[in-house]
Parts: sequence; structure tokens; C-alpha cells
Amino acid sequence: MPYQLNVNGKALSADVDPDTPLLWTLRDSLGILGPKYGCGIGQCGACTVHIDGQPVRSCQVPASAVGAGKITTIEGIGADPVGKKVQAAWSELDVAQCGYCQPGQIMSAAALLKSKAKPTDADIDAAMSGNICRCATYTRIRAAIKLASGQQVKA
Amino acid sequence: MTLQLTGASRRDILKASVVGGGLILAFRIAPKAEAAETAGAQALNAYVRVSPNGIVTIMGKNPEIGQGIKTSLPMMIAEELDVAWENVRIEQADNDPKLYGRQFAGGSMATPLHWDELRRVGAVARAMLVQAAAVAWNCNAADCKTSGGQVIHVATGRKQSYGVLAGQCAGIPVPDPKSLPLKDPKDYKIIGKFTPQYDTAKIVSGQPLFGIDVQRPGMLYATYQKAPVFGAKVAKADLDAAKGVKGVRKAFVVDADSANVMPGGGNIGSGLVPGVAVVADTWWAARKGRDKLNVQWAEHPTAKQSSAGFAVKAKELAAGPPQRTARNDGDVAGALKGAAKTVEAAYFYPFLAHSPLEPQNCTAEFKDGKLEIWAPTQNPEPGRQLCAKTLGIKPEDITVHMTRCGGGFGRRLGNDYMVEAAWIARETGAPVKLLWTREDDLQHGFYRPAGFHFFKGGVDAAGKLVAWQDHFVSFGEGQSYASSAGMAATEFPSRFVPNYRQDVSVMSLGMPTGPMRAPGSNALAFVHQSFIDEMAHAAGADPLAFQIKLLGDKPVVGEPPSAYNAGRMVGVLKAVGEMSGWGKTKLPKGEGMGVACYFSHMGYFAEVAHVAVAASGDVKVKKVWVAADVGRQIVNPSGAINQVQGSVIEGLSHALHQQITLANGQVEQSNFHEYPLLRMSEAPPVQVQFLKTDYPPTGLGEPALPPAIPALCNAIFAASGKRIRSLPIDTSQLKT
Repeated sequence: MPYQLNVNGKALSADVDPDTPLLWTLRDSLGILGPKYGCGIGQCGACTVHIDGQPVRSCQVPASAVGAGKITTIEGIGADPVGKKVQAAWSELDVAQCGYCQPGQIMSAAALLKSKAKPTDADIDAAMSGNICRCATYTRIRAAIKLASGQQVKA
Repeated sequence: MTLQLTGASRRDILKASVVGGGLILAFRIAPKAEAAETAGAQALNAYVRVSPNGIVTIMGKNPEIGQGIKTSLPMMIAEELDVAWENVRIEQADNDPKLYGRQFAGGSMATPLHWDELRRVGAVARAMLVQAAAVAWNCNAADCKTSGGQVIHVATGRKQSYGVLAGQCAGIPVPDPKSLPLKDPKDYKIIGKFTPQYDTAKIVSGQPLFGIDVQRPGMLYATYQKAPVFGAKVAKADLDAAKGVKGVRKAFVVDADSANVMPGGGNIGSGLVPGVAVVADTWWAARKGRDKLNVQWAEHPTAKQSSAGFAVKAKELAAGPPQRTARNDGDVAGALKGAAKTVEAAYFYPFLAHSPLEPQNCTAEFKDGKLEIWAPTQNPEPGRQLCAKTLGIKPEDITVHMTRCGGGFGRRLGNDYMVEAAWIARETGAPVKLLWTREDDLQHGFYRPAGFHFFKGGVDAAGKLVAWQDHFVSFGEGQSYASSAGMAATEFPSRFVPNYRQDVSVMSLGMPTGPMRAPGSNALAFVHQSFIDEMAHAAGADPLAFQIKLLGDKPVVGEPPSAYNAGRMVGVLKAVGEMSGWGKTKLPKGEGMGVACYFSHMGYFAEVAHVAVAASGDVKVKKVWVAADVGRQIVNPSGAINQVQGSVIEGLSHALHQQITLANGQVEQSNFHEYPLLRMSEAPPVQVQFLKTDYPPTGLGEPALPPAIPALCNAIFAASGKRIRSLPIDTSQLKT
């Protein structure tokens, strides 16, 4: 059945079964390919999007449960000043290796910085440990979060 | 393999032709041995395209799997071409062996294979542009220099851009690349500079780059269910139930040959495996259809195999005479008898799955007898050949486009998902994107083989390692090892210990195995460097000093291709000792440092780990230091450091968490909750130093990984007095 979704500030209609996860609604029905499939069970974080500013694993949210929630994906996060800073830090430090997990990492990092402007290492551990980076670029992810939040980046 | 530009092949295809306003300089680089008789048969090419506006497009020839090759190989060309990096555009080449030679991501080979050739490709293009200017200005090429994409007449300061000159290159003869001088490294403007990956902007904004992002008009989505027991055939499947799911278009059995699993025999040629395909309007619908299949699988002999069974069998084999002896230097039995101290230890490492974060996928379109493929693959040409063989069509009727890969680690050297997509697309008659589930990926891999080592070692009264014996129990058939399950007779410390014996026994394995990042080395470093650490402690010696002493005074031991440069290894060991404050840092109780070194993929690496072991047994890795020697030049320091840090943390992840087990012929783990990977909260800082030595530059995709594991385990021993002889580390054994 058709669901009206608000994605990156646009009203979009997706005709999917109620149990279809938001991830697959975005990818296969709406052609929004930034959120990635990694595990399908909420373990890896590659599919992370924001709903009303909160990071969620879009593989775990059925399309029918989103309602009027405002969805932001990696494609739209640059419109947010914090999101833009995070993307800039990621670019400057050349965080990515394969880059597949990075949309999810950036969405988790942006949510962290929106809730806490100067996160500590422990804050970063807590907010980012739901996102797997198989290439293990964790050193640079941490540094980029520090850079985006205007904190000193250790070499 | 030595590669060179050859005169004969240049005559064949070296063309400077003006195409679409841009100049394409095509070079054929043929293997030396074949050049004379079959000019250009095995081609390796590079392309430079100069637009009238001065923008230079460089083809990235190899698959990009996160190692940064799409950026670093064009950096080599751009440096000698002498263009500003911001004016360089990079395009991913399709699979085209006639134009590009071998295109693969494996063995950390791209840098050593291309370092000389691709710089010369840039130099040739530059020389032609200079010659075009010399013709236009009626002067000698020697009167001109270049800078930032312009040719400059030195005496007059007259300038012209490459963009204009490219249009005047049609009649310019192509110089012999070997005749051209290359830049002095002190003049490098691109090579050696921190250069973010070319696709960074697209990555951070979520643009479609990966195989999973490919879309075609009218495309359908597929899932493919294979037997939990490797190679078992479909006995029964409820295809109608699957077809009853809304959105499902097709469901069919693929009656492939069970032997295509190639039990234990390697992944490169593995073909189509039996299973059931479900094709639908969306992938979610295909999955729901698959859930209704209720597949019954035929019996298969691999169902009798299990990890527990292998462990029992390995012990039995180790207790008896070995199936063969791979090396026997001196008199090990005598040396053990005469040793001041001996140690016996049994080591084990498990099967591992590659688990790249992008699950296997491929998009295929079969139309009018021709097949077009978009694939995240590390090895496109064997994939094309495999599809041709399996579908019974000509390789030249198949086009393979390479997408960015969401990780590779060796898994995408095999193209099983490519041939599945091709088969399903032909059966479907529409473009199809096949996507595996994470469960498919973990349960249908080409696994890093498990292995067992039964060691005996002896040190003399002076603390010298005088005896080393290993009964290696691995997988294979007869004299041959399963893919990546082997060990060279030159494995360190053979050749460095006077009495050395390497015995081998193998067990049959029905599970496919294959190369995983630093294949062989990722396991062998753990056992060898841990047991050397045991011997150091037996000798009452400092482990780092013991390693240096073991390496001896002879700079190079053995002959290529198995020469071991002990001098380079001593260099990195000393460096890592200084970096880490080895022996000078007073650590609190429960903390320790461990050292390990390893040579693989032409790189010399020494690493120190600093860990804290809590009373609960929990292990916290506080820091890792890496000293590396990969020759005289780091091409892209950004990618280089990232590769090393990632490799080290991946090694820690293997050691602390990862294990694939087999029960009743099936992999027991299904997803990341059962096959955990190391996460942010466990990732230590990793400090990296590259020693510049006077050797040609070599690759960094792999060699930093192997020593990380024994450095960690040796640090745990230093911290807790408990020796890790089995992976993954069982922290409950460390409880105090």
C-alpha cells in the first residue's frame, strides 16, 4: 500500500507492503541508495538514517512505522550545518577505505554532534560502536569527529 | 614478472589519435618473454586523455576495493606527466585485458607491478606534448620544460597548455619509454603527498558507487539460496509458494554440478553451485518468496565434517608419523636432546570468513546472446571467463564493468556471485540484480583455512634457538594443500635455526577455502611469532633482543623469490623498539607489551602492542606501534597509513573475536551477532612509521596485518603470564 514519506525535506510516496523495511523502501522503491545493506539485523549500522533527528537502523524500521517522521539520509545530511561539518571532516582526513559503511558512520557521527557538541572519547565509543567498519578506519573516524567538533586531533 | 614496453608491440598499437577533441595515448606493455613472438598478447595498458581545456583524464585500471588504487596508480602517471592534481579526473576502466593487461586486486601487487611502468606512461605522454610544442615553436624539445600542465620554452618563457598541444600530437612519434628520464623524487609534487581518495566527495555524500547501487531500466531483483552443506543439490523446493508472494516473478531450481564448489580447492575457478533462485520486483519481495521455498536438500558427504572432528583428527595425526616432511635441516632430535631448555606447544587458528561489508552482489543483463555485467569484483577477467564457460557463450560477447567494491579482502577474487547473476539473468530474460544476504555471505565463503601446529623448540645454554620442529596439520589432498592452507619450506625461522624440521599432514575438507588478506601469513605469523616469543622467555631473554639475535648478522638469507632480508627486519625491529619505548616503559601490574615481526608481500613489518588484562580477563589494547619497510617511496601517505592502521585493527579483530566453525558440514555462524567484528570502543590508536630504504616501493594492502596478532598475544603473556595458543582469544582463561 502507498505510504507518504518525508525524505530529506521532500514528500515521497512509496507503494510497499507494510512490513517492508525502510531501508528497502528507500533503496528499491525510491532510488535513494546512500543507506547501505550490511546485515539486515541492526548489527552493522550501514543503513543508519535519522528519523526526526534520531539515528535509527533503517533495516529494522518497517515503512509502515515511520508515519509523519522526518527522514534524513546521507544524501540530505549536508543540508544540516552539523552534517556538513562532519562530511567536510571526513573528506579532509580521507577517512574512508572502501567507503561502504561511511554513510552510516557519518549519520551516527552527525547525530552524536547534534546532541553533544564536544564529545569525549567515551561519548564517541558509545555513539559509534553500533557501526561496523570492516576496513577498520576507526582511528580516522574518531579523529574526524574530533575535527568536526573543533577539538584537538591527536596525530 | 618483468614488464617492459616493447618496440614490436608499440608498432602494433601505439597510436596517437585525436578522438573527440582529446588525445588518447595508448601503450601496450607486454611481458618481456613473450614480446618477440607474440607482440602484445598479454597486454597491460594505460590511458591518458587530455581535454582542450587542460583537464587530464586518467584511467584507473584496477578494481577499487578500498585500498585506494583508483587514486594511487593515476598519481604515478600524473606525476611524470607533470600536471596539477586538481586538473586530473579519474575514470574507472572496464575489464579489458587487451587494453589494460591484468586487472586485479590481490597480493599487494599493484604498486610493485606498476611503479615503473605507469610513471613511464606519464613520461611518454609528457615527452610527446613537449615535442608538439617544439614543432610548433621550431625549437628543440631540450629547450623546453614543463610545469603544471604547460610546456614552457625556457629561454623566452613562452607557454602553451597541454590542452592545446594535445590536439597537435597526431604526427608526433612515440619515444621509447625506457629512454626517458624520470623525475628526481625531490621534485615530486603528487607522489608522496597526502592525497584523499578521488571518490571521497561521492563517498561522504552517499552517491551510488558500489555494485549494490547499480540500476538498469526494467531491472528485477534476485536472491539465490544454496545448501547449508556445501555443494548439496536441491531435492525439493516449493516454487509455487514462492511465486505466490506478491511481487515475485520467477522461482527456479539451478541444477548445477556439486563439484563446482571445489571442496578445499580454491576459489578462483569455483563455478555455479546448486540452488534455488527467486526473482522479484524488489529484493524484499524476493526474500519473502525465498522464505516460502522450504527447500529440501539432497544428502552430501561433507555433512560428516565438523570443526570438532578436525580437532580430534589433528591430534591423532600429530601423535603419529607425519604424512611427509617438507624440510629437515641438521638434527632436530639430537638438538632437542642436547638443549638447555625445551618447550612443547600446540597451536590452533580457526576458519575465518572475509565478510566484506557489502554483501556479494552483481547485476547482469543478457540480450541477443550478449552478456553485460556490473560487478564489485577483485578479479574481473577470470569472472568473464567463468561466465563464458558456464553459459556456453564466447568471452568476447561478455562485457564486465567494474564497480567500487564495499571491501574485498580476497573474497571477491572468486566470482561465484557473478556467474550466479549471469545465469539468473539469462533465465529471467530481464536485467537482474542478484544480492546475497549477510547469512549467504557468511555461510558460502571461501574461508581462511583453520590450522594446527605442534611445536617443539630448544635453546642452548647461551640462550640461542638451536632446535625447531613443527608438525603442521592442515587441509588438502595427498601432497597438495587446500587453497591458502599451505606453508612454505622457507617459512621463518627456517634457515635461521640450524636444526629445523617441518612435518606436514593434511585432512580432507569439503568446505571451500581461499586467500584472505595476507593469506597464509595471517595465520602463520601468529603461531611462529608466538612460539619464538615462548622460546625467548625460555631463554630468559628480552623478546625483542632475542628476535634481533635470531635474525643474525647475514643481511640476506636465501635466494629470490624466497630471499629474506634480515637486515631490513632488524631495521624495523629496532625502530619499533624506539617508537614504543620498549624496555624503558615501566608498566603497572596487569599491563604488558609484546613484539612481533613478519615479512610478507615484500614488506618488512615489526609491531609492538601494549595491552591491559583486567582481573575479569578482559583485554584492552591500549596502543599499537608499527615500523614498516616497504622501500624508498610511499606513493600516497594517506592511503598508506590508513591501510596499515586498518590491517592492524583487523588483525586484532581476528585475534579477539572471529571464528567460523563447521558442524554437520554447515557453517554455524549466520550474521554479525555470531561473527562479531571489532568495534570503535575496542580500537586502539595505531602509530605508524615508514622507514625509507633503498629498495623499490612495494604494496601495503596486506603485510601490516600478520604481526599484529602475535604482538597482541605476546603482550597478553607479558601482562598476565598466560600464553595464547588458540584463537580467538578465550578471555575467560585470563581471569585472575
